[in-house]
Amino acid sequence: MNDPILEMRRVSKSFFSIKALRDVDLTVYPGEIHALMGENGAGKSTLMKILSGAYRPDPGGEIRIEGKPVHINGPLGGRAAGISIIYQELSLAPNLSVAQNIYLGREVSRLGMLAREAMEAGVGPILERLGADFAPSTPVGNLSMGQRQLVEIARALHARSKILIMDEPTTALSAGESERLFGLIRQLRAEGLAIIYISHRMDEVYALGDRVTVLRDGTMVGSLDKPEIRADTIVRLMVGRDVSSFYKKEHDPTARHGAPVLAAVDIADDRRVRGCSLTVHSGEVVGLAGLVGAGRTELAHLIIGAAPKTAGHVEIEGRNVEIRNPGEALEAGIAYLTEDRKALGLFLDMSCLDNINLAVLGRDARLGGILDRDKARDRAKKAFAALGIRAADAGVTVGGLSGGNQQKVLLSRLLAISPKILILDEPTRGVDVGAKSEIYSIIDNLAKSGTAVLVISSDLPEIIGICDRVIVMRAGHIAGEIKRTGASPLNQEDIMALATGTEQLDA
Amino acid sequence: MPDQGSTQVNAATANALAAMQETRRQRIRLAIRAAGMLPVLLLLCGGFHYFSDGRFFTAQNLGIVVQQAAVNTVLAAGMTFVILTGGIDLSVGSILAASAMAGLIISKFPDLGALWLPASVLTGAAFGILNGGLIALLRLPPFIVTLGSLTAVRGVARLLGADTTVFNASIPYAFIGNGSLTLVPGVLSIPWLWVIALLVILVSWLVLRRTVLGVHIYAVGGNESAARLAGIKVWAVLIFVYGVSGLLAGLGGAMQAARLYAANGLQLGQSYELDAITAVILGGTSFVGGIGSIWGTLVGALIIAVLSNGLILTGVSDVWQYVIKGLVIIGAVALDRYRLQGSART
Repeated sequence: MNDPILEMRRVSKSFFSIKALRDVDLTVYPGEIHALMGENGAGKSTLMKILSGAYRPDPGGEIRIEGKPVHINGPLGGRAAGISIIYQELSLAPNLSVAQNIYLGREVSRLGMLAREAMEAGVGPILERLGADFAPSTPVGNLSMGQRQLVEIARALHARSKILIMDEPTTALSAGESERLFGLIRQLRAEGLAIIYISHRMDEVYALGDRVTVLRDGTMVGSLDKPEIRADTIVRLMVGRDVSSFYKKEHDPTARHGAPVLAAVDIADDRRVRGCSLTVHSGEVVGLAGLVGAGRTELAHLIIGAAPKTAGHVEIEGRNVEIRNPGEALEAGIAYLTEDRKALGLFLDMSCLDNINLAVLGRDARLGGILDRDKARDRAKKAFAALGIRAADAGVTVGGLSGGNQQKVLLSRLLAISPKILILDEPTRGVDVGAKSEIYSIIDNLAKSGTAVLVISSDLPEIIGICDRVIVMRAGHIAGEIKRTGASPLNQEDIMALATGTEQLDA
Repeated sequence: MPDQGSTQVNAATANALAAMQETRRQRIRLAIRAAGMLPVLLLLCGGFHYFSDGRFFTAQNLGIVVQQAAVNTVLAAGMTFVILTGGIDLSVGSILAASAMAGLIISKFPDLGALWLPASVLTGAAFGILNGGLIALLRLPPFIVTLGSLTAVRGVARLLGADTTVFNASIPYAFIGNGSLTLVPGVLSIPWLWVIALLVILVSWLVLRRTVLGVHIYAVGGNESAARLAGIKVWAVLIFVYGVSGLLAGLGGAMQAARLYAANGLQLGQSYELDAITAVILGGTSFVGGIGSIWGTLVGALIIAVLSNGLILTGVSDVWQYVIKGLVIIGAVALDRYRLQGSART
C-alpha cells in the first residue's frame, strides 16, 4: 500500500479536566473511503473539529499530512492543510449562485468589480467532472438537497483538498440522490482523494467503506478492514456489548389484535395522496413503507389535520371524527412524531421540562391557566427515567442534547397525553445505535399496553424488525399490504417490489 | 481486562462530569443573560451622580426618573410580548394617542366621566386586537400591518379631537398622573405612574412565566411550525399578544392624559414605539423571538430614562443628547453581544 495521506498519532483533546478524545490513532490512505462510526458523543465531531482547525489538540499528539507534521490553526487551517469538511447542515448561501458559493471568500475581481463570468468559467470544469446537471449561475436556493451537496463537494475540489470529510451526507437525501452521491464518492476515490465518511447507517458503510474505524467514549476501539466489516462486529464495538435483541419484540406479533382503533378512509389531498385507506388495531405495530416521495408523510399530515383533506374521513374506535387541526387530533388521542424534529417538533431554546410538558400544560394547569410546576417536574422526571433520557437535568435546553435524546424528549411529549394512536414518522432518523434499540423497546412496550402504532420508515430492516404488518405506498396510493404470519416472516424483497411497482411484472 | 473496565468507568464518569459542567456553564450563561444590562444601568447611574455633583441620587430626582420611565415601561412590556413571538408592533405610539383622545372626550361627559379610564384602555385593546386579527388570520407580516396602523390610527387620533387639543382640568383619577403613593410619610413615596408600571411588569412576568399561555408565547416565537403541529392555537396567541400590546398602549395613553389633563392627536406619543422597541432590545430579548425576559425590559426602559435625565442634569445640550443616546444604545447592545460571545467561548 502507498504512503498514508493523513496520520494522527496519540491525539487527545481535553476540556478542563475531561478528556473528549484519548490517544486516538487514525491513518487514512489516498484513494480510500474510511468510515468513521460511533454513537453520538463518542468523539467523532471533536475529531472532525481538530482536523478543521476549530479545536486545538492537547500537546503530545501528532498530526502528519503526507508525512509532514502539521499544526492546524484556526478555521481556515484545515482548508490550508488540504482538508475539507462537508457538514450535515450544509453551509451554503441560498441567495447566491453556485459559482459565488464555490468562490465564497476568494472572489475574483477585476478593477474592484466582481468578475462573475471568470468565476463561472472557473467552476465549469469541476461541475462537469462531477456530472452536475445545473449551470454555475443557478442560485443555490433553486437546487435540490442532492445538488447542493454536489456544490459543497465542488467547493472542496476547487480548494484542491486531498482529504474530504463527510458528516452523515445522506440524511436529507432521497434514495435516488443517495445512490448518485455514492457513485460520485467512488469516482473521487478513484481519482485518489481520501474520504472520511461519518455515518450511522450500516448499509452505507457496507456499500462504501474500505475501512471502518470505531470510536467509543473518546477512544478508538477498533479498525476493521473490508473483509471484517460486519454489522454485528461494528455494533458490538460501538456499544461495547452484544446487541442480540436489537429489535425487541415481546408483544405477540401474530396474535389476533383488538378492534380497529384508527381507520382512515379514502383520504386524499388531490396532490400527493390519492385516496388512501388503512386501519390500525389496538396493540398492533403497523409499518408504512414506500419510497421517498410516495406520500407517506403527507398521508400522516392529512390524518392529523396538519394539511387540508379534499376527500375522506377518519374513524376512531368506529366513530367518525372530524379532525381539522393537530390540536383536535391530540384531543382525539392521535399523537404524531414528526420526521423533522428540529424544524417541526422541538423548541430548541426551551428546556426539556417545557418540551415534555407542552401538550399537557393546559390539562395540568390550575385555575384555568396557572402552570402546575410540581406536576410538570414530576412528569419530566418520570419521562427521564422511563425513556432513559440522558441530560444533566430537566432544566437544560433541548438544543444541546444528542439526536437520540432529543428524539426521546419529543416522544415523551407525545406519550404524556397517553395516546390511543401513535404515528411515528422516521422515529430513528439521526439517532445512534444505542438509542435506536431503546426506541424499539419503547414501541414494543406501547404495543403491549394496547396502543395502536403506525411507523413510517425508510429503513427496511427496521420495518421488518418491529412491525406486525406492513402497508406499502406508491405514488400516492396504497400499493399493497403484507402481513406477518408464523410461516412467512416479512422480507425486504416483497416490500420493495410493492414500493417500486415491480410486482406487477411478475403477475 | 480489569484495566479496560476501569477505563470505561472513567470515561463514563468523565462524560457525566462533562454534562454537569455543561449545565453549570449554561446556568452561568443564563445568569449573565438575565443580569444583562443591569451593570450598565448601575454604571450610568453612578457616572451621572458623579458628574452632576451628587444631584442624581436624590429622592426628588429619582422620582422624576421613574415618572419619566413609567409610560415607556408600560409600552415596552406590551412590546416584549409581541417581540417574544418574533413580531413587532410599530403602532403603539399612535394607539396611545388615540386612546388618550378617546379617554379625554369621554371624561367631559358629566355622567360618563368616571368611565374615561376603562374607555381609554379598551380603545387601545380594540386597535391591538385588530392588528392581531390581520396578522394571525390574514397571515400578513406584522411589520407591514403595524406600519399601516401607525399611520391610520394616528389619523383616527386626530379625527377624534377634530384635530385640536382636548383639555379637561377636572379629569377624574388625575392623581394617577401626578400623585404619589406614600409608603413612609415624609420619607418615601412612589409616583402612582411608577406603581402602575411596576404592576404591569409584575403581571407580565406572571403571565409569561407562570401560565400555560406564557409557555405558548415562547413556543410560538421559538418555532412557529412546531407550535402549530403541537396543537397550539397560534392564531389565538398572536391575537393575544397584539391585543396586550394595544391594551397597554391604551393604558399608557390614560397615564399621559391623567398627567397632562390634555391630549393632542397629532403630537402625543410621537415615535414612542422606538423607545419601547429600544427598551426591549436593551433588555436582551431576541429580535427573532423565543428568548427574553420582562425583567430585562424593565432595565432597558430605566436605562433610557436615566440617560435622558442624566444628560439634562449634567448640562449636555439638547442636540448632543440625541447623539449620545443613540451611541449609548448601540454601544450597550454591542457590549451585550460581545459578552455573550465571550461566555459561549469559554
